Amino acid sequence: MKANVVIIGAGISGASIAYNLAKKGMKDIVVVDKSYLTSGATGRCGAGVRQQWGTKLNCILAKKSIEFFKHAKEILEYSGDIEFKQEGYLILATTEEEDKQFEKNVKLQNSFGIPSRKVTKEEAKKIVPHLNIDRIISATYCPTDGHLNPFTMTDAYYQAAKRLGVTFYFYDEVLSIVVEHNEVQKVITKHHEIETNIVINAAGGYSKEIGDLAGISIPVYAENHEILVTEPIEKIQGPMVMSFSRNIYCQQVPHGSFIMGRSDPNVEHNHSTDSTWKFLDEMAKTAVDLLPPLGKLRVVRQWGGSYNMSPDRQPIISGCKELKGFFMACGFSGHGFMFGPMTGILMSELVLGEPSSIEEMEELSLERFKNQKTTDYEKSVV
Amino acid sequence: MDKKNVIICRCEDITLQDIHEAMDQGFTSFEELKRILRVGMGPCQANTCGQLVQREISKYLKVKLDEVKTQKIRPLITGVKLQSIVDGEDHEG
Repeated sequence: MKANVVIIGAGISGASIAYNLAKKGMKDIVVVDKSYLTSGATGRCGAGVRQQWGTKLNCILAKKSIEFFKHAKEILEYSGDIEFKQEGYLILATTEEEDKQFEKNVKLQNSFGIPSRKVTKEEAKKIVPHLNIDRIISATYCPTDGHLNPFTMTDAYYQAAKRLGVTFYFYDEVLSIVVEHNEVQKVITKHHEIETNIVINAAGGYSKEIGDLAGISIPVYAENHEILVTEPIEKIQGPMVMSFSRNIYCQQVPHGSFIMGRSDPNVEHNHSTDSTWKFLDEMAKTAVDLLPPLGKLRVVRQWGGSYNMSPDRQPIISGCKELKGFFMACGFSGHGFMFGPMTGILMSELVLGEPSSIEEMEELSLERFKNQKTTDYEKSVV
Repeated sequence: MDKKNVIICRCEDITLQDIHEAMDQGFTSFEELKRILRVGMGPCQANTCGQLVQREISKYLKVKLDEVKTQKIRPLITGVKLQSIVDGEDHEG
């Protein structure tokens, strides 16, 4: 069979790219995934969407994506509920260094129209009454950050893409990418052989391996980040509470349960999505210290998912100089879900050769790592 | 009996009707149904609905019951309070 484009990966990135290309009139789009919709990082993420970043690029991508989420249900004509809730992110400064850094971050965010602000301990307590403010110096708050359901948001893109004629093959792993004369020729999967001159790598944790199949070295790797969910209770917390220094993010989702996660600085670079006792122990201690009433909540389940880490912890949304027809949307470093709308828009522009919606495409390119240019490094990551 | 009145997942209040509608949309494995409906995500962790959903998938796809994959089992086995983990208490007793 033939296709104009083969997208590898049916998470938020792949679904959003497929939708955006189809909406612009491209025909014969195929999305392949080795498992089911949102089976990878998208369906394992913490369901938060924020704009409080420390780099220009992340601020731009986040703000424009939030603007899309506001109208996503109507734009994608989705019958389900994407559970978009804008009740903010409260980011805690627990060290002098963070207190100073956040001052700069807020200035940067404000320069892009992101309505974040620095708040005192006392103001933070008003925003989240059960917060233990003895542990913090100050905080930053952005009221338009919030929550979004990763499964239904991806389903909304998926359903819209299907209505526009996109074909999805699930449980169909890509085995090889055939290249001739420095151009993509064919994608061979477990069940199909698809002739195509365009391949888009949106494989999340497996982006490096997909690059390798095409002979393109992408400087990304996967690492496991763990997370847990509690039983649901009546609403007590509006915003996501987050701290980089204390290594925690924690929000109450509309369903009523609390979702919380943290990272392990010594985690190995591999595809594990295992759950560990160590995570549960450290997570419980950190959460109960910062948000004491949460101690009464029962943990229902824990799981893990892959962050696909890039060298500067900013995404790679790029074509490829060495190989015609090979594109990639990867290296999101834990934030692919919340940037999903912009990923789809920017990638569709790249593939179709249209002018880009943002001026900074060069800074999202794979080339940025080769040029020896210092790139912005994103510190605001848990 | 009306499928709307048959509860498959008691924790998340999911009916047989919900399951059938989602299968009609193409979500025909436990893992997919779980993500789209929250079936099996509650405190009992699919201990009740797991087999019921497996049977419905088997009927819907017209495949043998033992060919339908069961849900992924994740820790914890039972709900444990975060404070108990902090204190290192023995959960039994």
